[in-house]
Amino acid sequence: MKRSVRACLLVLCCGCVPVASATEIRTFKDTTEQLRYEQLVEELRCLVCQNQSLADSDADLARDLRDEVYQIIRSGKSDEEAVQFLVERYGDFVLYRPPVKPMTWLLWLGPFLALAGGLLFIRSRTRQHAATRSPELNAAERERLRQLEGDTRK
Amino acid sequence: MRLTFLIPLVVFVLMVVLLGVGLTLNPREVPSPFIGKPAPAFSVPQLHAPDEALTSEVFRGQVSLLNVWASWCVSCRQEHPLLVELAKTDRVPIYGLNYKDERNAALEWLARLGNPYRSSAFDADGRIGIDWGVYGVPETFVIDRKGIIRHKFTGPLTREAIDDILLPLVQQLKGEPG
Repeated sequence: MKRSVRACLLVLCCGCVPVASATEIRTFKDTTEQLRYEQLVEELRCLVCQNQSLADSDADLARDLRDEVYQIIRSGKSDEEAVQFLVERYGDFVLYRPPVKPMTWLLWLGPFLALAGGLLFIRSRTRQHAATRSPELNAAERERLRQLEGDTRK
Repeated sequence: MRLTFLIPLVVFVLMVVLLGVGLTLNPREVPSPFIGKPAPAFSVPQLHAPDEALTSEVFRGQVSLLNVWASWCVSCRQEHPLLVELAKTDRVPIYGLNYKDERNAALEWLARLGNPYRSSAFDADGRIGIDWGVYGVPETFVIDRKGIIRHKFTGPLTREAIDDILLPLVQQLKGEPG
């Protein structure tokens, strides 16, 4: 019994340990450089396991590409140059944040279009509603209202 | 009778069609930024002759294929017989890029399964692979007479892909002025 409880605890503890996936030991000039590198590999997509970033992926290619990014950063080049290096070779697909261009207009503007469409729809519906309900009572309705009021007064 | 009550149904059908088409697409087919661009330059030792270099100059003046392969790659083995067969027909020269492999393993692999390549570049550290945007071995590039990449197959070639896409394209490119 005790043993199984311990086993459960052990399993739980293992779950808590942050999974240090695919991290090589790297040396940087300073923290800014390190942060730049870490941010870059977070934002670039691994092409082998397509739903993971370069930082997350354990694929061989991801490791090679992390090396490339590291070398580029270390050689004093800018983040843009590192991104460009990968885009030239693998296309915009490597970017988790795709650039705004005619091809991606729908992607970027789609949510706003949907929102605008929804708002227009709601507006037209409420207007329709308002139009069908006439605020004035006609003669028969007024008579009925008087009757009802009369009933409650009695 | 107004048909506004059909709007949700129409929207639903459109969504189903959109998502249905999405399901049939192959997410591994990432459009290559190299189509229409010159083949990236390289000069690396040949697999069979470490002292001699294979350079990207070899693609100039002829329609050719570059097949990225490795002895550790399972899908390469799957497409290999088709490449051997294609090489025998002599319709288009095939060059190899031996990607992140060990020389002995690669040589042994070719000795056992046949060598369809005019020559293979030995890309031990995968640098040439990165320059060519290789991400899923095997990959096959179709290169025209001017040394421009015109098409890329990602993943193993199939008989259909060769007969329906690759060979007609090669035929068309041969007709273009060099």
